[in-house]
Amino acid sequence: MPATLRAVLRGLESALSSPPEEELRVRFAMRYVAPTSIEEAVSVLDGAVAAQVYAGATDFIPQLRMGRPEPGVAVDLKRIDRLTDLRREGNTWVIGAATPSARLAEEDDLVAELPGLVEAAGLIGSDQIQSRASLGGNLCNASPAADSVPAMVVNDGRAVIAGPGGMRTIPVASVVTGPGTTSLASGEFLVELVFDRPPPQTADAYLRFIPRTEMDIAVVGAGARLTLDEAGRCQEVSVALGAVAPTVVMVPAAEDILVGHTLTDDALKRVAAEASAVCNPIDDKRGTKAYRRQVAGVLAVRALKLAADRAARTGS
Amino acid sequence: MTVTATPTTDSQPGYKWVGTRPVRHDGLDKVTGRARYGADLNLPGMLIGAVLRSPHAHARILSIDTSAAQAMEGVKAVVTGADFPMLESGGEGSGEEYYDPRDLCRNVMARDKVLYEGHALAAVAATSRREALAALAAIEVDYDVLPHVLDVSEAMAPDAPILHDDLITEGVDPIPDEPSNVASRYVIDRGDIEKGFAEADVIVEREFVTQPVHQGYIEPHAVVADVGEDGKATVFCSSQGHFMVRSHTAELLGWEPSRVKVIPAEIGGGFGGKTTVYVEPVAARLSQKAGRPVKIVMTRDEVFRATGPTSGSKIRLKVGATRDGRLTAVEGSMAYQAGAFKGSPVSLGCMCAFAPYAIENVLLEGLDVVVNMPKVAAYRAPGAPMASFASETLLDEVAEQLGIDPLELRLRNAAEEGVRSVYGPVYKRIGFKETVEAVRDHPQYSTELGPNQGRGVASGFWFNFGGSSSATVHINEDGSASVLTGSPDIGGSRASMALMAAEELGIDVYDITPIVSDTESVGYTEVTGGSRVTHATGMAVIDACRKVVTDLRARAAKVWDVDVEEVEWVDGRAQHVSGDRAPMTTRDLAAGAAGTGGPITASAAVNARGAGVAFSTQVCDVEVDPETGAVTILRYMTAQDAGRAIHPSYVEGQMQGGVAQGIGWALNEEYIFDTGGTMENPGFLDYRMPVASDLPMIDTVIVEVPNPGHPYGVRGVGEVGIVPPMAAVANAIHDATGLRMSELPMSPVKVLEAIGANGG
Amino acid sequence: MSRTHVTCTINGDPAEFLCEEDQTLLDTLRDVVGLMGVKEGCATGDCGACSVILNGRLNCSCLVFAPEAEGATIETVEGMAGPDGLHPLQETFLEGAALQCGICTPGFLVAGKALLDRNPDPTEEEVRYAVAGNLCRCTGYDKIVRSILDAADRMGEAAPAS
Repeated sequence: MPATLRAVLRGLESALSSPPEEELRVRFAMRYVAPTSIEEAVSVLDGAVAAQVYAGATDFIPQLRMGRPEPGVAVDLKRIDRLTDLRREGNTWVIGAATPSARLAEEDDLVAELPGLVEAAGLIGSDQIQSRASLGGNLCNASPAADSVPAMVVNDGRAVIAGPGGMRTIPVASVVTGPGTTSLASGEFLVELVFDRPPPQTADAYLRFIPRTEMDIAVVGAGARLTLDEAGRCQEVSVALGAVAPTVVMVPAAEDILVGHTLTDDALKRVAAEASAVCNPIDDKRGTKAYRRQVAGVLAVRALKLAADRAARTGS
Repeated sequence: MTVTATPTTDSQPGYKWVGTRPVRHDGLDKVTGRARYGADLNLPGMLIGAVLRSPHAHARILSIDTSAAQAMEGVKAVVTGADFPMLESGGEGSGEEYYDPRDLCRNVMARDKVLYEGHALAAVAATSRREALAALAAIEVDYDVLPHVLDVSEAMAPDAPILHDDLITEGVDPIPDEPSNVASRYVIDRGDIEKGFAEADVIVEREFVTQPVHQGYIEPHAVVADVGEDGKATVFCSSQGHFMVRSHTAELLGWEPSRVKVIPAEIGGGFGGKTTVYVEPVAARLSQKAGRPVKIVMTRDEVFRATGPTSGSKIRLKVGATRDGRLTAVEGSMAYQAGAFKGSPVSLGCMCAFAPYAIENVLLEGLDVVVNMPKVAAYRAPGAPMASFASETLLDEVAEQLGIDPLELRLRNAAEEGVRSVYGPVYKRIGFKETVEAVRDHPQYSTELGPNQGRGVASGFWFNFGGSSSATVHINEDGSASVLTGSPDIGGSRASMALMAAEELGIDVYDITPIVSDTESVGYTEVTGGSRVTHATGMAVIDACRKVVTDLRARAAKVWDVDVEEVEWVDGRAQHVSGDRAPMTTRDLAAGAAGTGGPITASAAVNARGAGVAFSTQVCDVEVDPETGAVTILRYMTAQDAGRAIHPSYVEGQMQGGVAQGIGWALNEEYIFDTGGTMENPGFLDYRMPVASDLPMIDTVIVEVPNPGHPYGVRGVGEVGIVPPMAAVANAIHDATGLRMSELPMSPVKVLEAIGANGG
Repeated sequence: MSRTHVTCTINGDPAEFLCEEDQTLLDTLRDVVGLMGVKEGCATGDCGACSVILNGRLNCSCLVFAPEAEGATIETVEGMAGPDGLHPLQETFLEGAALQCGICTPGFLVAGKALLDRNPDPTEEEVRYAVAGNLCRCTGYDKIVRSILDAADRMGEAAPAS
């Protein structure tokens, strides 16, 4: 989506509407740099006070249009090979933080193994946006409504982060700390995202609700992943919801309800109720609290069913 | 899901060109990127203008200090309201042409008060956009923020904030002593309403609410103005009428119109929204002060916050009918948001709501209510869509209660030739019934529906306008013709003008060059609006061509030395009645023109009065997701009386475009304001117009019941298509779910709420 | 402030331009290079009127900083017609009356080309989603979608059987 952060930007705007004098000055002199290595990027960020890294700029530029003061330096990460890579490495998939979403759908094996993740990335905006938007940008933009984040979280994604202190890896789930904020320290940036290749009879799915069929920000998003045994009973279950709380929320009760069982209507009804219960949504121009709660349950169930169908197919 | 568009009228009996589908003459420029729209002109030395807009929905301007901005590097001119004359009331006209100079001058540049968030109150011209924006930030405005009001009911409450201290309600007796936010009251009172309801076996009554929606043209308003050392202004801009831009710009600057020349850019959509001025006079004044050309291009955000949406409304209607489905009485009240200045299309809503039907007893009241949002502008069939959402939903309810097919109910009450319309005039030949029959006979109407699916129908009416248009036709040396008009081509009208000229002159349509001329090269022409161009400007073209043909015959007579009565014009050639002379083509006559009287040219002007009214009937199939409230449009079909389709492809295009806009209005489009009166969704992300994947193919049936007021029978086709969709969708949702939706938009949130309230 | 020099390929020809570093590719293409066929409808990536093909992928040029174009290949509507005449999409748009006001047309043509470049035989649904990032307010999309499908047919017939 061109402006996944716009959901939270209204809040930021008030903070930015009276920028300090220094920021006013720099808005007249934004420089563009495109480092070609991680080391170069680290040193650029280390030296520049008001630097902003970006990947696709599909949120960054609209934010500037809406009045966010320009940073002193815009650091384009797309010229660093590792950040636009997509590869299978041992038992993992490694996706560069700035790799355009469109690339994911072009990798047939990735589509086969992590269809929900690919679908979630594929829902970020139009074909035009798909050429630019990335998992890394979607994550670090820290919008509560980011489509790819619930799908990354249910797949236990890890985020590889570079910074002045070297590289570190943390769970995707601990990157976003609130609307528009992340746990990345000053001078740090996301390098890549790592996902284990799924074991047999395991699959994921991501569904979101938007008023139109395209071009909207998620009103509710639901990611699900499960592993089935030979009898079709759930062995592992993970459900994560987007756009219903300041950050992605898990539905731990789904595991309690479903592990050891098949997806019966009764069980799914209970999962839906639990999904609705964990939501902490807001009323805004895109939906109401009540709507988000109710539809979160609906989508959680639909995503689980879709994931289960896929898992059953991968097992045969 | 694909429904094939029905080809129609490709060979009209008696016509060679009318009803065919040539490639439009301006098409090549538009598929290659060569066509120049409003923002596509840059001039040497050109400055960039930008407008300061109010952050408050309602505030008194205590002071504006532009001195810091004036002093900034690169800033060449600054203007505020003080740079424009204060104009007083005295506007004429109605409908799409209505304006009051007092209001227009205050809307273009606020004076003592800002009346909506986004209201312009100063502007600058600088050597770059960056400098212009910095200068805007340096303008200091001291506001006394006032309470604001957006809802029509709240605006009419006794303690409501008053927008205009001098606004006294018109149309009520006695004349009120105190100002209010009700600008006027309009009433249609016919027959005996009590008797009508007494005759009714069934009475339905319901209240409806609709939100403001924007025209949503993709091209933002854009202008380049260049005021020369002689004080004359050249204005390049896209608009629905460059003569309108000339007169408004001159009036707002305190000039004579002849001091302004307007060159029409290609226009990137308007739908009524470009029938007035916003930045044009501002750019001209900035240019005059700076002595350099000034360009102003609105941002999308500005387009939403400062240019005309159409009204939101609150409507209460009551309809009575006999057991056999005869409508006996309608009664109700409609209140429309006018925006910050008077002039909502509420009277048109009252007139249109039941215009398709023969009803004896009618009492409808319309209230024009000013509120703190942008002044509304015309939008495709202004006023009719929201009123028809209400009336056509109620008719569906009547049909349901009586157990009559909804199309049959419409046929039983259909107005026809000789019937006095709800709004007054007696109809001439009209094609309403034919549109209903076309839907009834279309395969979609009997296609089987699945679970959670439903079908709805609705009809609509629009007057169509005539008015003033001019045309000039030149025969070139090679026998081809140039056709000059003053009507901006917003959707294929050049092709229609060329087709009519080809028909009259008898030459190939591709030997016609249709040209949209500037304000100094062709006679006065009203805006492209009211579905008037093919009708009225078309009549001017036909008249001018007929003068040319008369001249061509006279020249042939001169060559042959015979009486002109002995010369006929057949298939683009002069023939002698005797048949014993070799016919002469336009090429022959043009080649010899010097010897027969000089260049061959003629002009004509009309004030067309015979615009035939238009009707549309539509059927919509939907599927409702009972768990999310999402409504999917499965199939859609529209039948419309075009009178005579000159270029059927562009008639279909108008029909389909109107439907798509109506579906957007029905399902998702709305202005959303925060508690401070600030628009929360001023962009295409959250102002949700339909995208390609939201819609099915939109099947069309062109009905042709010729308009007796036009030589070929043309009726306007641009507007009526947007009238039925909201009710058609609502009626389809009802068929699918049993729910009566009475508020627009019927967004997933509202539909799911309704399902929940219904115990679903 | 000094401007940055960018070298790239535009519509098959080597090109150079100077830009400010916070300028978008859209503004540069229009106001510096002079390619006015690239339109601005929103400047926030929501309407697709400014669509270009950048390094083989469809992009909103309003969401690209101009300096990013260094070394890039850029295709705009101005480059679609060649010495052999119009692109089949341009032909079918004209014949199928797929434009009314025409402001969105360049973006649709470029998006249509990007689609047919990678999927020469799309379904109606694929076409609708492929151009969902392009807003048209005039047509209701019916004739646009048909014209893209027609162009695919035409190109399929013209292509040698494989």
